[in-house]
Amino acid sequence: MSLALHTHARVEGVTEVGLYKVLEREEAAQSTLAGDKVLLWQTEGSGSAGGVFAGEPKGAGITLSSLRDPAVIQPGDVVRVRPGSSLVSVMYRRGSRANTLFATERCNSRCLMCSQPPRLDDDSWRVPELLELVELVDPDEAQIGISGGEPTLLGEDLGRLIDACALHLPGTHLHILSNGRAFADARVATALGDRGHPHLTWGVPLYADHAALHDAVVDAHGAFDETIEGLFELGRRGARVELRVVLHALTVDRLPQLASYIYRRLPFVEHVAFMGLEPMGYAKMNRERLWIDPVDYGDALSDAVFHLAHRSVPVSIYNLSHCVLPESLWPFARQSISDWKNSFASECTGCELIDRCSGFFASAGPAWRSRAVRPLRLLETAA
Amino acid sequence: MRRSTHLDPGGERVLVSNDFGDYAVLDANTHARLLRGELAPGEARSRDLEGRSLLHDHGPEQWTDLERAAHATRKSFLLEGPSLHIFVVTLRCDHSCQYCQVSRAAVDASGFDMSAGDAALALDRVFESPSPDLTIEFQGGEPALRFDIVREIVEQALRRNESAGRRLSFSMVSTLHHLSDEDLLFCRDHQIRLSTSIDGPADLHDRNRPNPTRDSWARTIAALDRARAVLGHEGVSALPTLTRAGLSDPTRLIDHYRGLGFPSIFLRPISPYGFALKTRRAIGYSMAEFAAFYEAALDYILDLNARGEAFEETYASILLRHIMTPFHSGYVDLRSPAGAGLGVLVYDYDGQVYPADEARMAARTGDGRFTLGHVSASFAELMRSPAMRWLATGAVAESLPGCSTCAFVPFCGADPVYHASVQGDPIGDRSTSEHCARHMTLFRLLFNRLADADVDTLATFTAWALRKPRHEILQPGWVDR
Repeated sequence: MSLALHTHARVEGVTEVGLYKVLEREEAAQSTLAGDKVLLWQTEGSGSAGGVFAGEPKGAGITLSSLRDPAVIQPGDVVRVRPGSSLVSVMYRRGSRANTLFATERCNSRCLMCSQPPRLDDDSWRVPELLELVELVDPDEAQIGISGGEPTLLGEDLGRLIDACALHLPGTHLHILSNGRAFADARVATALGDRGHPHLTWGVPLYADHAALHDAVVDAHGAFDETIEGLFELGRRGARVELRVVLHALTVDRLPQLASYIYRRLPFVEHVAFMGLEPMGYAKMNRERLWIDPVDYGDALSDAVFHLAHRSVPVSIYNLSHCVLPESLWPFARQSISDWKNSFASECTGCELIDRCSGFFASAGPAWRSRAVRPLRLLETAA
Repeated sequence: MRRSTHLDPGGERVLVSNDFGDYAVLDANTHARLLRGELAPGEARSRDLEGRSLLHDHGPEQWTDLERAAHATRKSFLLEGPSLHIFVVTLRCDHSCQYCQVSRAAVDASGFDMSAGDAALALDRVFESPSPDLTIEFQGGEPALRFDIVREIVEQALRRNESAGRRLSFSMVSTLHHLSDEDLLFCRDHQIRLSTSIDGPADLHDRNRPNPTRDSWARTIAALDRARAVLGHEGVSALPTLTRAGLSDPTRLIDHYRGLGFPSIFLRPISPYGFALKTRRAIGYSMAEFAAFYEAALDYILDLNARGEAFEETYASILLRHIMTPFHSGYVDLRSPAGAGLGVLVYDYDGQVYPADEARMAARTGDGRFTLGHVSASFAELMRSPAMRWLATGAVAESLPGCSTCAFVPFCGADPVYHASVQGDPIGDRSTSEHCARHMTLFRLLFNRLADADVDTLATFTAWALRKPRHEILQPGWVDR
């Protein structure tokens, strides 16, 4: 089920690293994109999936053929190719709910469960490329994310990226994941939070109702106070804020109290997402400290979810399959795992709720498996 | 500021709260260790208190921005100005209720109706209030005796609101007996909500509320049916006035309301101040008597809810909204700074303006200090009147002796009109204050129930505080305790 974001191909005609929009001939003819940004889609062989791209009449003069996994690239996608390399990366996938502009690998926190561990290298080359990418995204795309790393470390470069989204994708909901710490500085909050994008939400992680635990989880002293102050600065500017709470052994104990804290202090947040752990990056290294079977925090999660739901704070549960949740929480569980990371267990074949279930992270091995994984029957819901 | 108050006579349970309305119910030992600074940072209770800004006692100069915002949210009613405007269109009434003797005139008396000129001036004052929400409430006497004045005021107010653009609503407190079908149609067409008095079954109601034909209950019920037929079920609400006789059987009173199809009951004790001693003896009761009645009534209602019948006790709902949410309920009788004058204005039949209905009654006994002035004075003049300045000295509960150290104060309110009227000055003495005793009783009861954490009770409280249908609350979720 998970569809990779990379494949290999025979790549010809590439002289420099570049982004290209893959379009079928008919769509390319109507497109306003410059001809040298377009790769024409041709069906290879007898109509089976698999693309070949050439340069006429619109087209970049580049050909990709013999794709190792032909399903990876489809019309509408944006791909990156580089000279002398067979690697083709999908930067934007038409129809995916999970398109993300990866802004930087740098970060000022070191969250114990980070699925995308930060790197110190200068990766300021990313923003110019993303500015180019934004112009190639479908203008009717419903949502696009900006993630990292910590995007606010880019400062004004992040502002330029937001502006580009507002200009080229004014109808597209922009969701930026940030730890919010930079916004404790009111000048940053003004510069980035008040950017004038019509549909911008900041997704900010919050792990506890008190500093010691939050700071321990993000492994950064003073982070809680900065995030809280940053949320205040965003809130008073009328910015739209979503809070994200990753569920693991360290955070689950205080979920009910955290929910109460959010309602009492941050009643302006427009969505709270409780998120099952993604077993990637640091999370794998810290498994002993982080792992708890979701079954064992069901009560705490219920208390937190219903606290917020009754108080009209929209609330969702991400990344947890229905079978590990109490039935009363099923209405809050979303199909949240990006398509290219998503998988299901062998038991899921017989499950009658599979069509509305998040399933699992493809990266979740046996060490991350709940004892509750099992096929469910709709009869149970009727009872 | 952090405050502590015992929830039980032995002091085994202590409520701690702060100015933002955060609270925790602690056992005596934990509380003592908190005050001595002996809670270890890693203790779960210490974390709870930290997350609720209760671990340290800090004053406004040390508040964080979010704490400041929480405080401002809780007090946001202050920015609005008076939203409830009570028009006493006539003092005349055909009832001679025991608890109303000082604020009525005989039905055929003359000189007790509001003049058209004063009504127009009162509307000037209404629209001078900066409040985006305006409710005009008609009271009496029996306002239906002068429904012509009611009509005129409603029509004028709607005309003025075409340019003023406020959220304008109307209500009328009436026995309903004198409302013709035509009057009811007017109420329906202008969305005037009706509120009537039903003190209980016929024997109780008719004892409390004598009318010339001694059939007030029967007439009220008949009028209720007529009014519901025109206005719909939701268009008419009812309220009992609790006299000594009414306290005898809470179940019977509540069942009467259920039988009449009301979804709620508002159990508020009378404050028979300004009454002759003889009357007070006849209808009054001690706070202990009220407390016993109220607890039995609340338990009965909670039991109904636990069994699947949604029924609300409105006083508890108001207090629980203050406790369980960061917002004020909007209720004008329980605010700090007090709602008197700042949230409510009363325009009496004779053109005098009062900060509360109780001030009007106090003035009726000859005490001139309670009037803000004549309705011809501007809103600004009324607001800076000697009466407002005088009442303001007792209007901020957080500054009053007895209140300033009480852990219930963030959820409670000041009542300078009551204290001025009964004790002689707006600041008052909480140790003998009925207003204080009543709210101490109610808050103790509710906080104890929150701390007991019975699942059905928490679900019902959640529905009431958050204004949700009871059947939607399948499980209460977390409630601070």
